[in-house]
Amino acid sequence: MAVTNLAMRGSTAALLLVAGAAQASVLPVDRADVMHHSYSGGGVSIDGPAVQVRSKVGQNLSISGTYYIDTVSGASVDVVATASAYSEQRKEKHIGFDYLAGNSLLSANVTASDENDYKARTVSFDISHDTFGGLTTLSLGTALGDDTVGRNGDANFQEQVKRNNYRVGISQIITTTWIMALNGEVNLDEGFLNNPYRQVRYVDPTAPLGYAYQSEIYPRTRNAAAVSLVNKFYWPDRSAFTLNVRGYQDSWDIRSTDYEISYVKPLDWGFTVEARIRYYTQTQASFYRDLFDYQSQLNFMARDKELSDFSDLTSGLGLIYKLPQFSFFKGTAPEITLQYEEMFYKYNNFRDVRVRDVPAGTEPLYELEARVIRAFFSLYF
Amino acid sequence: MRYWPNKSLFAVLTLVLVNTGCASIEPWVKPYERDKLADPIMAFNRNPLATSHLNHVQDSREAARGATGAGGGGCGCN
Repeated sequence: MAVTNLAMRGSTAALLLVAGAAQASVLPVDRADVMHHSYSGGGVSIDGPAVQVRSKVGQNLSISGTYYIDTVSGASVDVVATASAYSEQRKEKHIGFDYLAGNSLLSANVTASDENDYKARTVSFDISHDTFGGLTTLSLGTALGDDTVGRNGDANFQEQVKRNNYRVGISQIITTTWIMALNGEVNLDEGFLNNPYRQVRYVDPTAPLGYAYQSEIYPRTRNAAAVSLVNKFYWPDRSAFTLNVRGYQDSWDIRSTDYEISYVKPLDWGFTVEARIRYYTQTQASFYRDLFDYQSQLNFMARDKELSDFSDLTSGLGLIYKLPQFSFFKGTAPEITLQYEEMFYKYNNFRDVRVRDVPAGTEPLYELEARVIRAFFSLYF
Repeated sequence: MRYWPNKSLFAVLTLVLVNTGCASIEPWVKPYERDKLADPIMAFNRNPLATSHLNHVQDSREAARGATGAGGGGCGCN
């Protein structure tokens, strides 16, 4: 886990690899994917392979399995300030079952994620049901997570986190070229929710820099709700636009909204292009400060930039190429995909403490640029 | 003075809504008209593994989570 969220905490990803739990009435298509993913930005690099295979077993059952690795190295701005650079690896395993029963699809998933100082176990259950002549799909789901938090160099440190997730969704065909989905999700977390390595800074006139550090303290509960509305339009030239808006609020007083537009267009010669742009903005947690006035100023104290007031902008491009069918493997459809994204984060209340020749609290605001690359080979069979 | 719309208009609108609600609504897009919606480019989550990674990167950097709209799924935790 180390000191940055980008250490890909197991729990963060626990359900993500099973997202896309399909629409009702049909089982997901059989496919195998091999992916290499890469993130670099803010002094941190995260990359690794991922493999996912999904196949029908009989007429009504589809089984999927995923193996995913993150290798993290580098030194984020947090690390530079209070700790040393690090390198670590997270491995995640997932198995999922989708069972088709009439117009309903029942799904069960189990995920295990392991780092040397963080273990996460998650089980989830979902049901989606087609109704109204197939124009409407209703979905319900829940997930239970159990995390164990450790701290490198401290064998006696062990904390637990219990996570409960509930979600509901409806997708509706509006016209022959327009489909809409409304999704709602509630997350209830309880336990040790802060990072055991990260620290907050407070004014200390006796310190050489004018400030000192102490461990951050978070509440032991966090309740959050999110709602999203997705609209997808088919364009006459065989392209598709997607408009996505999401609102989020939690019991730590963080509110956020994000907006995304994406576009996909098949071209000649087996190529397809994708483009997307996304804007995200959030307010800060009630107990977040960049610089506290004095030691132990509040019952809860955080200086995690992910809990601060900031906005980010993502732009991405993708290219898909359908390969010729393999002569030795009839009936399969192979394709390769390359996706590239640029992300720019602008923090409004998180200062760059690497700048040390200015009075405490007047350092420049931190900004971050990151690049994400995904390259994967898919085989539909 | 309390603001309240014209009561007659309100009654008429209520009647219209009630009557409309009682009438049966048929699915207005027939199965044979859904060829465009069935095109892979219209899938909510065309590449689940890549979408998972994308959402994971976002969730790691941002406080918000959930209701990602990717196939009705989302991150259950953070």
